[in-house]
Amino acid sequence: MNAAIDPAEPEIVLDAAGLSVAYGKVTALRDVSLKVRKGEIVTVIGPNGAGKTTLLSALIGLLPVRGELVYLGERQGPGRSVEKLVRQGMTLVPEKRELFAEMSVEDNLLMGAFDRYRAGHRDELETMDQVFDIFPRLRERRQQMAGTLSGGERQMLAMGRALMAKPKLLLLDEPSLGLAPLIIKEIFRTVARLRKTGVAILLVEQNARAALQVADYGYVLETGDLSLAGPSRDLANDPRVIESYLGLGGRG
Amino acid sequence: MELQIALLLGQDGITNGAIYALLALALVLVFAVTRVIFIPQGEFVAFGALTLASLQAGKLPGTVWLLLCLGAAIAVLESLRAARERCFRQIPLILLINCAAPLLLAGVLVAFSPATLPLPVQVLLALMLVVPLGPMIYRLAYQPVADLTVLALLIVSVAVHVTLVGIGLLFFGAEGSRTPAFTDASFEIGDTVLQGQTILVLVASALLIVALYLFFERTIYGKALRATAMNRTGARLMGISGTLAGQLSFTLAAAIGALSGILISPLTTIYYDSGFLIGLKGFVGAIIGGLASYPVAAAGAVLVGLLESYSSFWASAFKEVIVFTLIIPVLLWRSLKTRHVEAE
Ligand SMILES: Nc1ncnc2c1ncn2[C@@H]1O[C@H](COP(=O)(O)OP(=O)(O)OP(=O)(O)O)[C@@H](O)[C@H]1O
Ligand SMILES: [Mg+2]
Repeated sequence: MNAAIDPAEPEIVLDAAGLSVAYGKVTALRDVSLKVRKGEIVTVIGPNGAGKTTLLSALIGLLPVRGELVYLGERQGPGRSVEKLVRQGMTLVPEKRELFAEMSVEDNLLMGAFDRYRAGHRDELETMDQVFDIFPRLRERRQQMAGTLSGGERQMLAMGRALMAKPKLLLLDEPSLGLAPLIIKEIFRTVARLRKTGVAILLVEQNARAALQVADYGYVLETGDLSLAGPSRDLANDPRVIESYLGLGGRG
Repeated sequence: MELQIALLLGQDGITNGAIYALLALALVLVFAVTRVIFIPQGEFVAFGALTLASLQAGKLPGTVWLLLCLGAAIAVLESLRAARERCFRQIPLILLINCAAPLLLAGVLVAFSPATLPLPVQVLLALMLVVPLGPMIYRLAYQPVADLTVLALLIVSVAVHVTLVGIGLLFFGAEGSRTPAFTDASFEIGDTVLQGQTILVLVASALLIVALYLFFERTIYGKALRATAMNRTGARLMGISGTLAGQLSFTLAAAIGALSGILISPLTTIYYDSGFLIGLKGFVGAIIGGLASYPVAAAGAVLVGLLESYSSFWASAFKEVIVFTLIIPVLLWRSLKTRHVEAE
């Protein structure tokens, strides 16, 4: 878009400016602006009900938005839809996982590649192998029904299924939700490793400590407004963040 | 009852039951994927049979006009949408699929007299005329209201059913048709005679059921339909839109309906409004399966066929009553089992 492209500056994948979302008359997000670059992990932290899920649902097109939204250099107009954004490489791992409970792990992963298959790609088996390399636990359980997986495995499957789409922008909604600390660590280690594949990640979390550790840049969302923003190291040392989100002994 | 009569009735019952089973599967599929109770399913049976009969009688089937009209309506709607979204490049393709293809088919029918063509070609032509009506009706009647409640969608179904029956009367007239048997072969087993057509119906139904099973278990599109039935939001996030799933399931339902009609048209006279009762019996089967289980629905439909056949012998005046009364104990039993199909 801009004439002067700084080679040191990776391209902007998502550029949202002044986004507002309302449920009927109730405004859930007010004037939110954020950027996500290629190969970057950006986190949005905030308490229950801050509007984090609303933000991600709006970005992927499940909810209508007001404001300016540019994805991969393309302004999103009235024809914006989940299906088109998925086709352009945006993928959401939803808070509720939304797995296909009565299908095997393998078939769930296959569904993640559905849109690529429809677009003519035939590399779903290789992609599945790569996903199994990232989450070896899923390989062991490839024939198991998704509905019978443990919470941690379910989150891995939800992420693996999203990766099957070879996303350019991965939206993660509270991957740590309801998981034990050890599994959370494992999941976040995986998120950090994904950065090397060049995918841009927008990570929404209540677990501010873990999120700020893995992210490059962070925003704080409070009841629909972005109250703070900055490189995650700075945020982790910000007294306001420490007091509200990191509690005692928070040291980035 | 003599054994021979019992066998004959059983043969009849199983043949009809196989057709009801196909329709029951289609109803379960459409409901699971789109939450639509597809009352017009039976109209596809009648249209399939009557279209084939028209072709064989050397007449231009009325379904051609329906295809052309629906195609034109969709072309207008889709072009307007494309223009609104500034995707003008889509318009030629929209016109090609919705206007040029039906016109081409109509041209073929006029150019070659279908009455002289071999039977498989006639069947193929009949399918090409009737099956596209499925996704077209989905596009026009259901897609704009896809998010409504099950009850509202049911009302849409009733409206579509009434409209299609009216269109059937307009295009095919009030007199019924019966096509000649596909095969004259018959087999004697002991004292009973097995008609070739009966065997054909059974084999074709069995093959179709196996094909459907393979489609759902082995192909990515079949799995996508199952995924939509299990979790609509999850499927959407994978790029499986409700529209795609809806059109796919309606195409399958239309194909199953039309094929059923073609298969039974040599066994019974089909009128423009015969589809409703046939479809309803499939529906009873589907209800036995709770509109959710494919195998139970198919088994239930075969049961309906047998019940109908034997009750027509014992109390022929009450045969429909007996079949449809079956729904009451089934509903009681299902409501006691309380495993409800989620209506969202
Ligand atoms: N479908 C809806 N209709 C009306 N209000 C809604 C709806 N979904 C969310 N809200 C409201 O919008 C606000 C933001 O909700 P949201 O789910 O985005 O919060 P969140 O930050 O994801 O919270 P959590 O951390 O608990 O997941 C809440 O006040 C919620 O009640
Ligand atoms: Mg949330």
